[in-house]
Amino acid sequence: MTTVKKFISGFVIGAINILLGAGGGMLTVPLYKKMNMSQKEAQINAVATILPITIVSAFIYVKNGDVKISDSYIYLIPGLIGSIIGTFAIKKFSNNILSIIFSIFMVWAGLRLLFK
Amino acid sequence: MNSIIPIIAGFLSGLIGAMGFGGGGVLIIYLVIFAGTPQIVAQGINLIFFIPCAITATIIYLIKRQIKIKIILPVIAGGITGVISASYFFGFIKSEWLSTIFAIFLIVMGLSSIVKIIKVKSM
Repeated sequence: MTTVKKFISGFVIGAINILLGAGGGMLTVPLYKKMNMSQKEAQINAVATILPITIVSAFIYVKNGDVKISDSYIYLIPGLIGSIIGTFAIKKFSNNILSIIFSIFMVWAGLRLLFK
Repeated sequence: MNSIIPIIAGFLSGLIGAMGFGGGGVLIIYLVIFAGTPQIVAQGINLIFFIPCAITATIIYLIKRQIKIKIILPVIAGGITGVISASYFFGFIKSEWLSTIFAIFLIVMGLSSIVKIIKVKSM
């Protein structure tokens, strides 16, 4: 994949990252798999990719006053613990059954949000 | 105690996010559907929340030498450019529209994920 293509793909990922505050992984992982990374490699590099992008997005949200950093405090430490466990669980649990369960959950959540 | 639910939500969000599922939408879903947070605030919280988790994960992955810096650098460059560009062009979108867009995004991503898995399984 050319550098330009990578840049443009990143551009889309960044735009969605700030627009929706999420979703980067869902786009970045398939992108990296297209670049011949394995599922696990793609997930790992996706996290590393989305990190700087998210830092910029978060900075803009806070600067615009859309959110206060203190709003997130209660989630930070549990989230940290969860994600540390997650990085070690990534080998064991990244399989199809979990993916399907989670995808169904996402569709449910989307429908729920639409018809709230 | 009332704090226990946000703490569990935070823990699960970190766990699921680090395993690569769902692009980090779990916390937003919890915040908007169960905690009544406005969409834009929930998105902001999710972005902030992601950072320490991702820093920790990235450090671990860097130590294990699993990150392909040369490959991801152009993507990151594009990403940051996209963030800044989108912030100028889409700043006018209201919270209610955001919720709808986010919901559609969830449904599309969920469905395409299911289709992809079924395709792979039936090969």
